[in-house]
Formats: sequence, C-alpha cells, structure tokens
Amino acid sequence: MKKATKHAGIEKRSPKHTPVEKIATGISSFDIIAKGGLPRNRTTLISGTAGSGKTIFAVQFLAAGIEAGAPAVFVTFEESATDIRKNMLSFGWDLQKWENDNLLAFVDASPDPHIDSVESGSFDLGALLARVQHAVKKVKAERVAVDSLGAVFSQFSDQSIVRSELFRIASALKAMHVTAVLTAERTDDYGPIARFGVEEFIADNVMILRNVLEEESRRRTIEILKFRGCDHQKGEYPFTIVPDGGVIVIPLSAMHLSMKSSSVRISSGNVQLDEMCGGGLFRDSVTLVSGATGTGKTLTVTQFLQGGASSGERCLLLAFEESRDQLARNATGWGVDFGKLEKEGLLRVVCDYPDVSGLEDWLVTIQSAILDFKPHRVALDSLSALEHVGSPKAFREFVIGLTSFVKHQEITALFTSTTESLMGGDSITETHISTLTDSIILLRYVEMFGQMKRGLTVLKMRGSAHDKAIREFTIDEDGMRMGRAFRNVTGILAGAPVHVSPADLERVWSKADAEPMTAADRREGDVTPTRKAKGRKR
Amino acid sequence: MSKYLLRLFVTGTSSRTGTAIANLRRICEQELRGQYDLEIIDVLQFPDVAEDEKILATPTLIKSLPLPLRRVIGDLSDKEKVLLGLEVRPVGAGNTDGVES
Repeated sequence: MKKATKHAGIEKRSPKHTPVEKIATGISSFDIIAKGGLPRNRTTLISGTAGSGKTIFAVQFLAAGIEAGAPAVFVTFEESATDIRKNMLSFGWDLQKWENDNLLAFVDASPDPHIDSVESGSFDLGALLARVQHAVKKVKAERVAVDSLGAVFSQFSDQSIVRSELFRIASALKAMHVTAVLTAERTDDYGPIARFGVEEFIADNVMILRNVLEEESRRRTIEILKFRGCDHQKGEYPFTIVPDGGVIVIPLSAMHLSMKSSSVRISSGNVQLDEMCGGGLFRDSVTLVSGATGTGKTLTVTQFLQGGASSGERCLLLAFEESRDQLARNATGWGVDFGKLEKEGLLRVVCDYPDVSGLEDWLVTIQSAILDFKPHRVALDSLSALEHVGSPKAFREFVIGLTSFVKHQEITALFTSTTESLMGGDSITETHISTLTDSIILLRYVEMFGQMKRGLTVLKMRGSAHDKAIREFTIDEDGMRMGRAFRNVTGILAGAPVHVSPADLERVWSKADAEPMTAADRREGDVTPTRKAKGRKR
Repeated sequence: MSKYLLRLFVTGTSSRTGTAIANLRRICEQELRGQYDLEIIDVLQFPDVAEDEKILATPTLIKSLPLPLRRVIGDLSDKEKVLLGLEVRPVGAGNTDGVES
C-alpha cells in the first residue's frame, strides 16, 4: 500500500511515470473514490454478501462503457442471461438492444437444471475460455464482467482444477486487453474477502461491497481495498442503488477537497437579519437555523426563499415537516405566494414523508432535484425530521454529502433543526452537524415576566463579523421583525433565563463592551421589561 | 437397440484431448461396438457451438441420443463413471449402477 501511495505521488508530478492507466468507469461517483476509474487492462474483484449489489455494479460498469462506445461481454455463472436481461431493464439498461446492436455479448455459463453431468478424470475450462475469447472478438469488447466466481466452483466437484483454471482465465483476460470485473460472494460483511479464499488472488484489484444491518436499516458501503500499483480513496463510502441510475456512490471526503469559498453576499430575505450577519449570507454557504417548534424556523425559510425569488433566483424547498398546502398557507400569512412563485419557475417544492426512503436515497433524490432544477438557493425544513430515518452515522454522512454537494454547485443553503426542549439546549442534529455548516442562527423562546418572547442570535458566521447580541424579535404579517437585544437577561441559550438588575448590567458592560451598537442597546436595556418593547429599526 | 449419438468437445490438440479421444474410442469399441456415432468438436474452431451447448469444461462428452441427455466431463479415464454417466449397461458385467433417474 505504501508503494501505491508513492506511485500516485509520482503520477501527479510527472505523467510519464504513470504506472497504471485508469479508465473512467462512467459511474461518475465511483470514479471519484477510485481517483479516475478502474486500472486499464486489469482485473478487479468485487466481493460482497448476497444482495450487496455486485451484479448491478458489474452490469453498470458494462452499461456505462457501452454508452461511451466501449462494447462489452458479460459472463454469467449464476443467473441466466434471460433473467439478467429482465432484471436490468428496471435500471434502464436494455441489454437485448445492445446485443442486437452487437455492443454486448453474453457468455451464458449459468447452471442448467436439465443438464446432468458426471466427472471422469481431469479437465480444464478450455471451452469457457474459448467462448469468452470468441465473444470478446465478436463485439470487439473492451470491458468484461464475470458474475460470479463462486458459482463456478459450485458447478464442479474438483475445486483445485477450478482454482487453477480461474487463474488461467484471469491471465487470459489480461492478454485480451480488456478491463474486467469479477464478482465473488462472501459470507460475512466483515470477514474473509471471499468464500473460496482464492478469489482475491485471481484479480489485481479488490473492492468490497457491504450491506450492513444498522439499527434496523440497511446501509450500503463500497470500499476499494487494493488497487495494485495505483492510488484510490481509502475506507468505506456509502452508496445507494436507484432505479434508472444503478449504483450511486456518495464520495464524502473526496468531495470536500475541491470546495471553493465565495465572498459574495446574498440576502437572507430579511434586511435586519442580513445586518446581524454582517451584510448577508455568503453565496455558497450553508446556514443552520435551530430552534424549538414555533420559534420561526419555517418563517426564516420562507423569507429566505422570498429573498431569493424577489431577485430572480430559483429556489428549491425540501419540506419534510409540513404538507404542501400547509406550507403555502403559512407563506400566504406572511405575504409570500408560493403558488405564484412556482408558476413563475422561481420555486420548486419537494414535499414528502421522511420515512419513505433511506438517507442515501434521499441524498440522491435531493441531488437529482438540484441538478434538474439548478436552484440558486436550497432550503431544507427540517433536518431533524430526517434524523431518525437512519443511524447517527448515516445521518452525519447524509449531511456531509448534502453540504458538500450544494457547495460544489455554489448554492446558498439554509437547513433548519428542531431542538427538543422549548426553552433551549441543543439537538442531536446540531451536535452532529454544527461543524459542517458555515453559519448558525439560533431561535429561542425567552420567558420574561410571564410572557413568552422570541430571541434570535447569530451564533456563528464563518469568515465574517456578526452581531453577537441575542435580539428579541416579533412575528407579524410582514414576517420577522427584529427588536432590541436582551441585555438584562442571561442564560437564554442555556434555557434558563435569569434577569439581571440594571445596575449589575451597567457594571458588566462598562468593562467589556467593544460593540459599536451597544451604546444604544444599553440605554434600551435599562428600560424595564414590562414596558412595551418598540421594534428597533436598524 | 437405438444408436448412441455422442459428441466430444475438446480444446485443440492437447495431450488431454488425445487421452480423452483414446479413452472414449476404447470404451465405445468395448461396450457399444457398432451402436454409436461419434463427433469430435474443437471448441477453438467452433466456439459458437460450445456457446449453444453451454459447454464450460473440456473434454466434455455429450450423449444426445438415446434420451435423456447426459454429459461426462473429464478425460474419461474412469471407465465406470463414463458408463454410469452415459447410462450404458456394461456388456458382460452385472453392473446395475446405470439406473435412470
């Protein structure tokens, strides 16, 4: 492995020393973690438990090649060619058509229940090899998939012959100058690489597909274990299998590498909030709005969308908490007409129950909605609703995947998160993702003399100065209206507001006050809270 | 008695090919004299025939007639297994292993 890394280093500096050329598989998400694709003219083993997606990956590898003009051969030892043709139609791969166009050839070596055979003496797999060679020649194949090696063993009783014959076939594949994937079964997601213990030695490279049961839900991951002589991303990457798309890998860390950072500011849809954020949100930033139920998260989202739409930007709303009608009704209450914006093509609302699919599938759904609609802004209400769909690990990966994806697209994103207690405290969502977001806005209830007031603070604003005060805000038919800062209350964020006497406050603030706006605030802070707070225009 | 229709698939002219052909000829002469037709097919020359018949291993002996279809894989060095596979009752011996399934 050390050697591989070293080679990769050289590869970057001078292409002349490239030890192994890679071919893009056409599965773009996989090519990212494979750092370019599969090594050309090599054999790659794909090992996985039953149902881990080996056959789909193998067919997708061929399909992507065919679509890019590289004919292929599929050698099947397990399912019959008829079954595979039928199964793969649901992914949008019309194998029969490609066969008719001479772009794909099957070598059907699946066991035939009508054929009864006995073994007498030594044999070789010369006929199989001749058939593969014939098929490769016939369609001028550049890619070959063999599915699966384990099934060859089960067709013969003399395993040592099968073993040595598979080695012979693997080396013959190399001599044919094709790039091949060979699948193999394993009994355990974390155990020996493959059932017969020899499969990994037959191939140059080894990849593992896993389908692990985690807290009652299945989580698929893909890992490149070794790429002989070339570099790849290490570790497990989640992936999902979607109809019309096949395998989609979610390359978490790989995506983070090339993220840009914009200094262009855009409006949050609320002028006062923009000011608190130091002039607006950054163009490719991700903002988390956290608060208890009813504190104004959905309003913040609505303003954010309205702010985008009013300057002609396309906005995508992903709503997991409220129905489409509820959302529209709420928005109308604040003077925003969702129906009109949708008609004008400035808004698209994706509204569904969070539990209808797994987190990986949600990520893919959201990504394809983004690629399709090409929004400038994306709002998700709320992350907390998705939190329970998968394990904490899967949730974190979902958020990483989503944030890096929107950043890549230079989209401004606003996610909401619901805190569990009314008064404060942090939610699981926050703990998990606060480091992943650029800005955090907290919305809190503040109990003051028998009244519930709402407070807002900008907790974090990456790369910018911001208002550090916790401001009171009210909600009326125009939306959110910022008020004065809570100066005579402490402990709001902890969920236990304590009122401080004006004299104490004066003492504290005269010592440590660097904010230019606090002079006015301090004067207002002296006012007894019972007096009606006047919305301060800033 | 109906004629045995036998086809032997081999790869090129390897020593295993030679052994299989010799073994088969000997068994046929001993057990099926005058009752068989034998065709030898080289998969390197006729890979599409191998594809149609779904042959993986060589040598593979196929008995197409009389039904049922039977296959024997290997160089046919074990005569008893060949006769068992072809469901031929050995002449002269009281072997009853070749029972139809």
